[in-house]
Amino acid sequence: MIEIKNVNKVFYQGNKAINALSDINLTIEQGTIFGVIGSSGAGKSTLIRCVNLLERPTSGQVIVDGVDLTALSEQELTQTRRKIGMIFQHFNLLSSRTVFNNVALPLELAGVAKNKIKSKVEDLLELVGLADKRDVYPANLSGGQKQRVAIARALASDPKVLLCDEATSALDPATTISILELLRKINEELNLTILLITHEMAVVKGICQEVAIIGDGKLVENGTVGDIFAHPKTDLARDFIRSTLDLSIPADYEARLHATRTENSYPLIRLEFTGASVDAPVISHVAREFDIDISILSSNMDYVGGVKFGLMLAEFIGPEACANKAIQYLKEQKIELEVLGYVI
Amino acid sequence: MSFNAVITWWTENTRLIELLVDSLWETLVMVFTSGFIGFAVGIPLGVLLHLSKKNGLLENTSINKILGIVVNIGRSIPFIILLVALIPVTRFIVGSSIGTAAAIVPLTIGAIPFIARLVEGALLEVPSGLVEAAQAMGAKPMQIIKKVLLPEALPGIINAVTITLVTLVGYSAMAGTVGGGGLGDVGIRYGYQRFDATVMMITIVILVILVQMIQSLGDHLVKRVDHR
Repeated sequence: MIEIKNVNKVFYQGNKAINALSDINLTIEQGTIFGVIGSSGAGKSTLIRCVNLLERPTSGQVIVDGVDLTALSEQELTQTRRKIGMIFQHFNLLSSRTVFNNVALPLELAGVAKNKIKSKVEDLLELVGLADKRDVYPANLSGGQKQRVAIARALASDPKVLLCDEATSALDPATTISILELLRKINEELNLTILLITHEMAVVKGICQEVAIIGDGKLVENGTVGDIFAHPKTDLARDFIRSTLDLSIPADYEARLHATRTENSYPLIRLEFTGASVDAPVISHVAREFDIDISILSSNMDYVGGVKFGLMLAEFIGPEACANKAIQYLKEQKIELEVLGYVI
Repeated sequence: MSFNAVITWWTENTRLIELLVDSLWETLVMVFTSGFIGFAVGIPLGVLLHLSKKNGLLENTSINKILGIVVNIGRSIPFIILLVALIPVTRFIVGSSIGTAAAIVPLTIGAIPFIARLVEGALLEVPSGLVEAAQAMGAKPMQIIKKVLLPEALPGIINAVTITLVTLVGYSAMAGTVGGGGLGDVGIRYGYQRFDATVMMITIVILVILVQMIQSLGDHLVKRVDHR
C-alpha cells in the first residue's frame, strides 16, 4: 500500500547540509498497522511527512496505492491527499468550528452535498464515540476527545491510509490506550492501513504488527514486532525494548549496595530475558538445583509475538560458591546477567 | 447643573448644538467610509503579506519584500504630512481638495497599511499546524485561506478593525487642516482658538463616548466569535 523507495531528505541550515533522512526503503502492506519508532530528532517526523508530501523528499519515490506521489502535479497531489488521512500530536482542530463542522471540513473541501455530509459526519461521530459532542467547540474537549475528533475528520474522506504523527504523545497513559484501541478498531473494521510514528515502544507493542526503528535519519532495523522484540540485532533496538520495561534499583537498596562481597551480603543481580533465552522455568530450577534462595525485588516480564522477555532484579541469598554456580548456569541459558553489587 | 439649567443651555445654544451634530456626522462619515474602504483593501493586503512570506502558503519573497517596503513607507509618514502631500491625488479622485469627502482619501490611504500589518499579525497567530492539517486533507490554497486562515484569525481581525476605527477617530481630528470638518476640527477652532472651554469639553466627551462604543462593540464581537 505504501512504498518508500530510496528516500533522502536534506535540510539546509545556512550552508550546512543536514541529512534528515538517508536512503530509507520501506514497504507497508495493505491493512497492516506499521510503527516507526525513533528518538526525538531521529527523522521519524520527517519520514511520515514525506509520505503525504507535506515534506517533499530531496530524492527518492513515495508510492501510495500504486501512485508515485513525487511525480504528481500540485493539483493532482491535492486530490490524492484526500485518500490519505492524517492525525497529529497536537490534534490541529479548527477552534472556530464545532466538532461536527471540524469533521465535515474534508467533505466540504471535496464539494460533497450538504445532506450527505450530515449523515457521513454523524456516522463518524458515532464510530469514535462522540455523537453527543457534535455542537461543542474543541476548546471544551479533553485531549483524548480532541484526538477522536481528529480521527473522525481524517476518516471523513474514506482514506486508504491513515498517518499518525505522534498521535498519542500528548495524552496520558489511560487515554493513550483508548486511542490505540480506537485505531485498532478502525484498522479491523475498515481494513485501513495505518502508519504511525512514536517514541514510545509501548505504543508499538500495543497495536503494531510491524515496526521500523530509525536513528539518525537511517533505517536501523525493521520486521514484525515479535521478531524485533525476540531478536533485536542492534543496540538501538535493544535500548527501545529495554525502555518499555525500565527497572531501577530502589533508593534504599542503592544506599546499601557495595562493590565487594562481605560477610552477610548477597549479590543483587539484574537478569535480562530476551528471545534468545531458553524458555524454561529457570528461576525455580536454579533455586532447587544450587540450593540458594532467590528474592525477587522487582520484575517486568512481557510476552510479545510468542516470546517472553523482560527484566528482573533479584537477590541471590546463599553461600558464595552456590550463587556463582547459579550465575554460571543462568548465563548458559542465554540469560543476560549483571551483578549490580552486594547488599548487606 | 440642574435639569432646568441643561434645558436652558440647550435652547440658548441651538446653533452650537447644530454644529456639534453636523460635525459628529462628519466624523462618523470620515471614520466609517475610510475604515470600510481601508478594510476592503487592507485585509487582502495583509493576507497577501502573510502568504507570500518565506515558508508561507504562496511563498514569493520578492512580492513580499516589495509589499513590505510599500507598507512601511505608508506607515512611516506622519498623517498630517500625508494629508497635505496627497492633495493632488485627492483632487484627482474626488475633484476637490477640501471638504469631508476630500479628507476620506488620505484617511483611507493612511489606514490601509495600518490594517494590513494588523491583519498580518492576526494571521500569524493561527497555528501553522492547522494549515498543514488542511493541506494534508487536500485543501487548495484558496480553500485554506477561506476555510482555515480567515475564520481562525477572525477574533484577531475584528480586534484589528476595532483598533483601526479608534485610530481613525483620532486621525479624523486632523482633517480640519483640509476643511474636512468633524468633531476634532470643532474642538480646535471653537474650543482652542476661541478659548471656549465648554465646547472643548463637549467635543472631548463626545469623542470619548464614540471611542468607548466602538471598543465595546469590538470586544463584544470578539467574545462572540472567539472559541479558542
